[in-house]
Amino acid sequence: MKQASKSVKTGPNGRPVRPFVMPESFAGKLQVWRFLLLRRAVQLGVLLLFIGTVRWGWEAAGRPVLTGNLSSSELFGLIPMADPFAVLQIMLTGHWPLQEVLLGAAIILTLYALLGGRVWCAWVCPINMVTDLAAWLRRRLGISDLFRLSRNTRYTVLALALILSVLTGVAAFEWISPISMLHRELIFGIGLGWTAVLGVFLFDLFILRNGWCGHLCPLGAFYALVGKLALLRIRFDTPTCTHCGECAKVCPEPQVLNLKEAATAGMIASGECTNCGRCISICPEDTLHFDLRRFIETPQKPDTTQSNQRRAA
Amino acid sequence: MGRKTSISRRNFFASVCQGTALAATGGLVWSYLLTQQARATPFAIRPPGALADADFNARCIKCGQCVDACPYDTLKLATAGSGIPIGTPYFIPRETPCYMCEDIPCVPVCPTGALDHVLENIDDSRMGLAVIDIENCLSWQGLRCEICFRECPVQGTAITIEHHPRKISKHAMFVPLVHSDACTGCGICEKACPTQKAAIRVLQPELVQGQIGDHYRLGWTIDSPITQEFKAGGAAIDASAPATGMDYLNEGPP
Repeated sequence: MKQASKSVKTGPNGRPVRPFVMPESFAGKLQVWRFLLLRRAVQLGVLLLFIGTVRWGWEAAGRPVLTGNLSSSELFGLIPMADPFAVLQIMLTGHWPLQEVLLGAAIILTLYALLGGRVWCAWVCPINMVTDLAAWLRRRLGISDLFRLSRNTRYTVLALALILSVLTGVAAFEWISPISMLHRELIFGIGLGWTAVLGVFLFDLFILRNGWCGHLCPLGAFYALVGKLALLRIRFDTPTCTHCGECAKVCPEPQVLNLKEAATAGMIASGECTNCGRCISICPEDTLHFDLRRFIETPQKPDTTQSNQRRAA
Repeated sequence: MGRKTSISRRNFFASVCQGTALAATGGLVWSYLLTQQARATPFAIRPPGALADADFNARCIKCGQCVDACPYDTLKLATAGSGIPIGTPYFIPRETPCYMCEDIPCVPVCPTGALDHVLENIDDSRMGLAVIDIENCLSWQGLRCEICFRECPVQGTAITIEHHPRKISKHAMFVPLVHSDACTGCGICEKACPTQKAAIRVLQPELVQGQIGDHYRLGWTIDSPITQEFKAGGAAIDASAPATGMDYLNEGPP
């Protein structure tokens, strides 16, 4: 009896902590993988639209479907879209780009500012498939980190990208970005870009967990800042959480799952959250959900002011 | 308490220095990569309307919309390790030249202005400059070729044919000459050249063009009283009459 009570841990809400169990049935597995599959569909779909348009001449109503690539593109020859970070770097070289690309950058910036900046990372960026594979293999093989590196390093890299754009007169990150190398060469023809992608893969697999996306990538850092106040957030229902920690195991940015902060805000508030949805489908207690910021109540607010007062006193 | 503060302050400064050093080292390596890349081979032939190298490299967002727009699949985006600034559009004239579309579809789709939208007439574009290797040009050896002249889309202005006398027979040589004021650098001549390796090639003008400099004065081109008789034509000059300069030197100032 004593042993049993020891083995059954309970969460702060008094409920027993249950580990995540992968369902036996295929339908159950699909349910768990739903966001993963959807993300892959979006990532590959976007790439396919680009490739189809340039290689096979895909058209809709006589207009090219999606020309260009993820740096700058045009939808149906009408709607311009551009990577706002790339455009920012170009502007820092002292060149004022044309209206079209400025409009395109504004469109994408608005989109991600509303959706959550790092929706780019988890749902569109092609390198995400590479780093996800590395992270999955790493979990399987139980490889530990070679060294520790602050996750804030990416903000230094971001600052460097902007400073070097000014100093060298070329868009600093665009010239070395493994992201651009990957999608550009998939769309327009293969060169040696895969070596940079392989580098990212090996770095993530053997050297540092989530090394590229979670520590170094300045584009991810840029979008983390853009998405700070985004509408689409992951809601956190405090009463059901048993602190089992399953979500943090699969999260590519586990520092955003600070459950204390989540309980206070009623959501995962950090801009570093990529809205990938892994935590939602793995949570055994159904505590996490996609929601819009404005509909999320902040139930703990009185509590925090109380504790603050207590701390102040 | 005081000692503890000083240690933590020391730690703080140490970590600030470490962070700065890391950022500075990384930044140095990074900027080295960038400058190497940006100065990569100057042989790349750019699409029509491309700005000068430094401005082009700064503006090009590497999106490939010019490549999409090219109906002849002439343009490519430089891959990593190709030796051409990464991700930028270029073409290899010997493989596929620019066929000089009248509506220049590649230029208006450029979202950043790396390809200058001011270009309206394709004949005004300067993608490069054709240069003839006269040691390997068939026409310059005395064969009748002139393929480059006949293929040239700005025939008669960019490439002209001159007659040169030949020592071994009374038949003249018909040699092609390129004129930089009209050559667009489309590369159709390079594609058409029948020699094993093209004897006419498109290069970046900066690689081959010299500059005379302002201090040389081509006197016969200047409109002045002295040059009037030259300009009127050699026949007008009376060779037996002493030149005015000679009079001055021999007789002293009047």
